[in-house]
Amino acid sequence: MTRFILARALSLTLVLWLVTVIAFVVIRLAPGDPSAVMLGSDATPAAVAEFRARYGLDRPLAMQYVAWLSHVVRADLGTSIYLGRPVTTAILERLPVSLTLTLAAFVIAVVLGLTLGLVAAYWHDTWADRAVSAVAALGLALPSFWLGICLIYLFAVRWRVLPSGGFVEPWVDPPASLRHLLLPAFALGYLQSGLIARMTRASMLEALRGDFVRTARSKGVAERRVVVKHALRNALIPILTVTGISLAVLFGGAVVIETVFTLPGVGRLLVNAVVRRDYPVVQGTLLLVAAWYVLVNIAVDVLYTVTDPRVRLRAS
Amino acid sequence: METVKRRRRRGLGIAADVSVLALLLLIAFIVIGPYVYTASPTLVAGGERLQAPSLAHPLGTDQFGREVLARVMAGGQQSLRVASLTMVLTVVAGTVLGLVAGALRAWDEILMRISDAFLALPAVILAIALMAVREPSEANVILALVVVYTPRVARVVRGKVLLIREMPYVEAANALGARLARVVARHVLPNATPELIVQGTFIFGYAILDEATLSFLGVGPPPPAPSWGNMLSEARYLIRDAFWISFFPGLLIGLAVLAANIMGDGIRDRYDPRRGE
Repeated sequence: MTRFILARALSLTLVLWLVTVIAFVVIRLAPGDPSAVMLGSDATPAAVAEFRARYGLDRPLAMQYVAWLSHVVRADLGTSIYLGRPVTTAILERLPVSLTLTLAAFVIAVVLGLTLGLVAAYWHDTWADRAVSAVAALGLALPSFWLGICLIYLFAVRWRVLPSGGFVEPWVDPPASLRHLLLPAFALGYLQSGLIARMTRASMLEALRGDFVRTARSKGVAERRVVVKHALRNALIPILTVTGISLAVLFGGAVVIETVFTLPGVGRLLVNAVVRRDYPVVQGTLLLVAAWYVLVNIAVDVLYTVTDPRVRLRAS
Repeated sequence: METVKRRRRRGLGIAADVSVLALLLLIAFIVIGPYVYTASPTLVAGGERLQAPSLAHPLGTDQFGREVLARVMAGGQQSLRVASLTMVLTVVAGTVLGLVAGALRAWDEILMRISDAFLALPAVILAIALMAVREPSEANVILALVVVYTPRVARVVRGKVLLIREMPYVEAANALGARLARVVARHVLPNATPELIVQGTFIFGYAILDEATLSFLGVGPPPPAPSWGNMLSEARYLIRDAFWISFFPGLLIGLAVLAANIMGDGIRDRYDPRRGE
């Protein structure tokens, strides 16, 4: 187990390193740099040169990369050109918002997706099954930001039952925080619930056809127990995989939802940094998102063994 | 043979057939619509601001008195251009890279590790970051989306190549002394085509969604040219007074993506005997 995690961590570190290359090379290769945005178009050449020297933009690309990477491994993502503060600090300040939103959306996606998938599999080929398929297909197609806008219109403008945006820390005022989170978390989570529902349905259909389910039923196990303890337990691995992917993707989707509901999270930081060509912030955010993906993947691998003892993790 | 014929006659299945029809209608609405309803999508009319949908303004007007119907059609043309070009370019680039990775062992490891890194970043995030380095224009949105989706297609093609490479008929062709180029052209590509069509359909849908997202976040093609995304972005501050401006562009995005997805599922079921019973 420990060996497996180490080997997995090593190969994922390679992925992370490649992400640093992408984050750096792709973003620096293009023409145009922050000096134009920061200093305006009528800056003197001397001012531009001074600016570029201050942020190391005048050095060869490879040297800039090595310098940046040597700081990155020490959790120093550089200094934001626009904010004039360390990128790590800027990200850490906004991370709780994005994480709270992501996790809340994740809970909604899993609860909704599992329930819908179970219903569709159990009442296979009925109207309920088809209704779930429709709900899932809609979830994969609707733009999350539009869903968010519609929710704001209904719940905040028309019925005035929920706030239209903003963030309250859950540890400061839990009820208010929940009220603020409900709409954005649903707009974000609903989309992924479709994916989870689809996988749950397919995996459960197969499990329900299994001999062990027939055996359980014939020896008189309560139906509820057959579904949850016998079938679901055996159908869990593919569901877990897709759930892990969801958790990784939700963090990315949070970027858009944060803009709709004016939440001060990492996503807003990224979008603003893109508009201002604040490269260090863009690169730092990319790395954070990739790191999140890597962590989620390791966690899912470990959970495989917990859910299904037949799975043995090998360091190959 | 009997079953093959029956499958053929059934088309793609009801849902997929309906969605093909819906896509065609949507394209007709976007492409032919402006010739029928000739109001300008960018003409500002101060006296006609925020009019609710009516006979004079079928989908209402926005905060500058511009016709929402005309803007929705013009925005749709942009979405359609971006999605079509992204689909074609991605499929071509993905096929080339996938073939290289699948056929040449030396390149396989390198290309696949690089694609791992690309796949570690959600598509939208990567596309947003790529827009940081380029001017927000239509061509650059297409470029960003092609970069984002090419590794995904390349993976699929590579997998297909690895599978086909072991098939008896390819071994036979190799034994007959066929050159690599011939094996690829005669055996690998035709066998990979259905999967490529499926991938292309999905990319078409995702491209519409992603272009709208980029425009919504303000890093897509710049206004005043309307796009479904930037219409939503401008309109969301007006939902209190004029919800229709937000409603219609979003509805069309959802319809287009839904139709493309269902069509892709239908094609997949049709060509993959293991699925869709």
